[in-house]
Amino acid sequence: MATTLSRDAVAGRPVDPAAPLLAVEDLRVEFRIDAGTVRAVNGLSYTLGRGETVAILGESGSGKSVGAQAVMGIIDSPPGFVTGGSVRFRGVELLDLPEAERRRVRGNRMAMIFQDALTALNPVFPVGWQIAEMFRIHRGLPRKAAGEKAIELMERVKIPSARVRAGSYPHEFSGGMRQRVMIAMALSLDPEILIADEPTTALDVTVQAQIMSLLAELQQQTGMGLILITHDLGVVAEVADQVVVMYAGREVEKGPSLPVYHRPAHPYTLGLMDSLPRRDVHTERLRPIKGSPPDLLAIPPGCAFRPRCPYGREICAREEPPLAAVTSDRISACHFWEEVSRERAGA
Amino acid sequence: MSAPAPEPVHHGEVVLRVEHLVKHFPITRGIVLKRQIGTVKAVDDVSFELHRGETLGLVGESGCGKTTTARTILRLEKPTAGHAWYRGRDIFTLSGEEMRALRREIQVIFQDPYASLNPRMTVGDLIAEGWRVHRGVLPKSARRGRIHELLELVGLNPDHINRYPHQFSGGQRQRIGVARALALEPSIVICDEPVSALDVSVQAQVVNLLEDLQDELGLSYLFIAHDLSVVRHICDRIAVMYLGKIVETGDEFQVYDDTAHPYTTALLSAVPIPDPAARNLGNRILLEGDVPSPADPPSGCRFRTRCWKAQEVCAAAEPELIDRGQGHPVACRFAQMEFDPAR
Amino acid sequence: MSDRDRERPSPGSPAHAGPTFEELEAEPIIRREGSLYADAWRQLRRRPMFIISGILIVILALMAIWPGLFTRADPRACSLADSLLRPSGEHWFGTDVQGCDYYARTIWGARVSITIGVLVTACSTLIAMLLGSIAGYYGGWVDAVIARLTDIWFAIPTILGGIVILRSIFSTRGLLQVSLVLIVLGWPTMLRLVRSAVMATKEMDYVDAARALGVRPFRIIRRHILPNAIAPVIVYATITVGVIISAEAALSFLGVGLQLPAISWGLMISVAQNRILTAPHLLLFPGALLSVTVFSFILMGDALRDALDPRLR
Repeated sequence: MATTLSRDAVAGRPVDPAAPLLAVEDLRVEFRIDAGTVRAVNGLSYTLGRGETVAILGESGSGKSVGAQAVMGIIDSPPGFVTGGSVRFRGVELLDLPEAERRRVRGNRMAMIFQDALTALNPVFPVGWQIAEMFRIHRGLPRKAAGEKAIELMERVKIPSARVRAGSYPHEFSGGMRQRVMIAMALSLDPEILIADEPTTALDVTVQAQIMSLLAELQQQTGMGLILITHDLGVVAEVADQVVVMYAGREVEKGPSLPVYHRPAHPYTLGLMDSLPRRDVHTERLRPIKGSPPDLLAIPPGCAFRPRCPYGREICAREEPPLAAVTSDRISACHFWEEVSRERAGA
Repeated sequence: MSAPAPEPVHHGEVVLRVEHLVKHFPITRGIVLKRQIGTVKAVDDVSFELHRGETLGLVGESGCGKTTTARTILRLEKPTAGHAWYRGRDIFTLSGEEMRALRREIQVIFQDPYASLNPRMTVGDLIAEGWRVHRGVLPKSARRGRIHELLELVGLNPDHINRYPHQFSGGQRQRIGVARALALEPSIVICDEPVSALDVSVQAQVVNLLEDLQDELGLSYLFIAHDLSVVRHICDRIAVMYLGKIVETGDEFQVYDDTAHPYTTALLSAVPIPDPAARNLGNRILLEGDVPSPADPPSGCRFRTRCWKAQEVCAAAEPELIDRGQGHPVACRFAQMEFDPAR
Repeated sequence: MSDRDRERPSPGSPAHAGPTFEELEAEPIIRREGSLYADAWRQLRRRPMFIISGILIVILALMAIWPGLFTRADPRACSLADSLLRPSGEHWFGTDVQGCDYYARTIWGARVSITIGVLVTACSTLIAMLLGSIAGYYGGWVDAVIARLTDIWFAIPTILGGIVILRSIFSTRGLLQVSLVLIVLGWPTMLRLVRSAVMATKEMDYVDAARALGVRPFRIIRRHILPNAIAPVIVYATITVGVIISAEAALSFLGVGLQLPAISWGLMISVAQNRILTAPHLLLFPGALLSVTVFSFILMGDALRDALDPRLR
């Protein structure tokens, strides 16, 4: 038991003290289905430090969720295959680990919460029992002690009258409370990384605010790294240190969130910012991005954003844009990033 | 694209007047012999007016009754009490045939572009369906041409008239839904969360489309949404709902910048601003707990259980939606008003 | 009304500043071509389960429609001298007690079995669609009455009920009488299925959209609900054909179904049971064909379910 609890080794391999908490490099995932091969993630890289929040921003089909599932190691295979890249947790390559070891890492070192907390919970067991099970299975705690730990956790995620509510079933909770239960389960084994996949998308905005502030508070207490996957530019702006913008499986722009928001260096990011109404200012007219996101089975050659891009030129159809360094800590995948970033130069 | 001049707030003719609308759903138990064990008060005494050419936003969180209000006005649900006057005729008292005729005037756009189009019908059939019911609208010979026009109007390729809904993207489907709603040349379109199921990059297209159509056709929109940013952008006036009641109404600036009701304040404060420089996680108003069940709402003011301004009087009697002279009615005894000396 | 005279909107007008279709043209639109049925067909064509059952059903249908294609022998031209011959080159399946050619009888038996199977399924599906749509669409007391009636009906075991009705009511029992009894006993299951499919489809937004357009209930059911609710019904009906064929055989076997001189597999099996040791071929051939038929329809139903069930797609 003691060995699995040690935080200085991953699957028996010593961690590299100099390495970041998580380093994802050139991650590639494809789905081989009847209709063809879908390159869901096509080169995704980012690093996550302790106490840091990285947001992966994208629309449906951008590959943002698949990328996180690959990091977590929960892609159904077949049809999904991680075809390249590396995922290093404190310097230890996770993609090389056997499934049994990977599972260990999943429970103890990194955890994940999902958009739909109702389907993620088992409907036939009380929530307290489900949280306690984490302690029984992974920590070998006896029933009573595990139950107490579960109640403690439910209090920590601010579920009112936790002792009573521990006996309730998932459907007896509101959406927000269920998401708190999911967070409690995810935090039960003190993970160093929490991946939150659209954690508030199904929730009302006041409940979203509660959940986001709870996550921020827990992050401050534990120093865990948070990977937030979302389509909501507002949520990202509020909590992310770093943001990775994904489009059609590729990262198109990445960097610290303030400069990315204030001076986008990719037409897609710029388009998103322009098309968004705001609650704090009056907007006369929205400037939408034309067209729709591409079919992943038929991503256009060259730059995937070209058909929708106001900056698109002939070269864009021919050559996939390389990842250009906008500043030392920012990257844009656009041939004309300099032109794009001048758009907001005065801002 | 030329930006149209700022729209004036229309105080034209009232096309829809909803008065004291109530919709209660019985909670029943038993299969053969149903007995009522409770009542969900989905909409409880809601009144508002919709003017010609105006967009009235109905906002609130899930369960506040905004969608039920819309469905009841459309008579997709039977009202429990109240009136809804369309140009002087009470929608709720019309006979089946009269109502069928009136449906021409009030159309609807739904939230889910995947569920709102019959997958077994072509785009042409979907748009033409209304003309089969309302035979006088358009002679058969003119239909095909009109479908072409409508498809172009909503920004779709008219050659796609024989395609099925699943061959289109979400945003395009929503355009089909808009074309269907416009086919009967209605004067009111009820938009029930028309963009919330769409990708961010596509939402703005549909919002702009709705605005353009309104300008061109003089439509009145009842715009139901939970996204307060979209509502601010598109609506001339906004009504905020909480647990089946309207708590505050006013124009964009009154509701968003001179917010008066504590619930509206909390709701707005919860909406994140897409600008990292505007981060305010620290001083945001976080409401405690969940919305109470509409089957058992709190006495007096329904918001009092989560309100930081609540006092004993709030539990005793319900605050009325009162206009205190600014054309900005608020249902709160301790409303923050522009002239509030405490400010 | 003034707004009736309002100008037709012209898409080219300067006020129309939204994205026009030219702007949108670049976007890829096609995900999948064709309708649900075209998709289902494309899937089915590649499935061995579908191909095998399809071929078998086509052969069986031909057998029922033109038994002459399969045998020139007259199933009723019998000679007692040839009684109970074993299978041979002349009589492929041997002969029965009366000395009739057993191959010809088995082939002709397909007609009765398949007719009953298809007829009963078609009629009970029709009843079920009618009542099920009404119950599912209107709900309320109409639904309560129909649904409770169905539940009560449903409680009658098919075979037992069949025995009682056939014994007590009919003096002669031919194809029509047996079919009638099976229809009467068979519709409740189907009705429950139709009702629940209609109820689920009724909740879709496009049904509300149609109601908001003022479309009449009959057209809503016919145009919007049934086409979208029918997939599980087709699947179940296919399986039902097989089930009914075996029910007919069971009734005939028990002596309350068809009566001699009718030719049916059930009857043949019934007669054969007394001679199972002396002439096992009498049981073997109709029994095998019966099993193959029932199996084919059930297999087909399974294949259709895989192709039509949207949850698996």
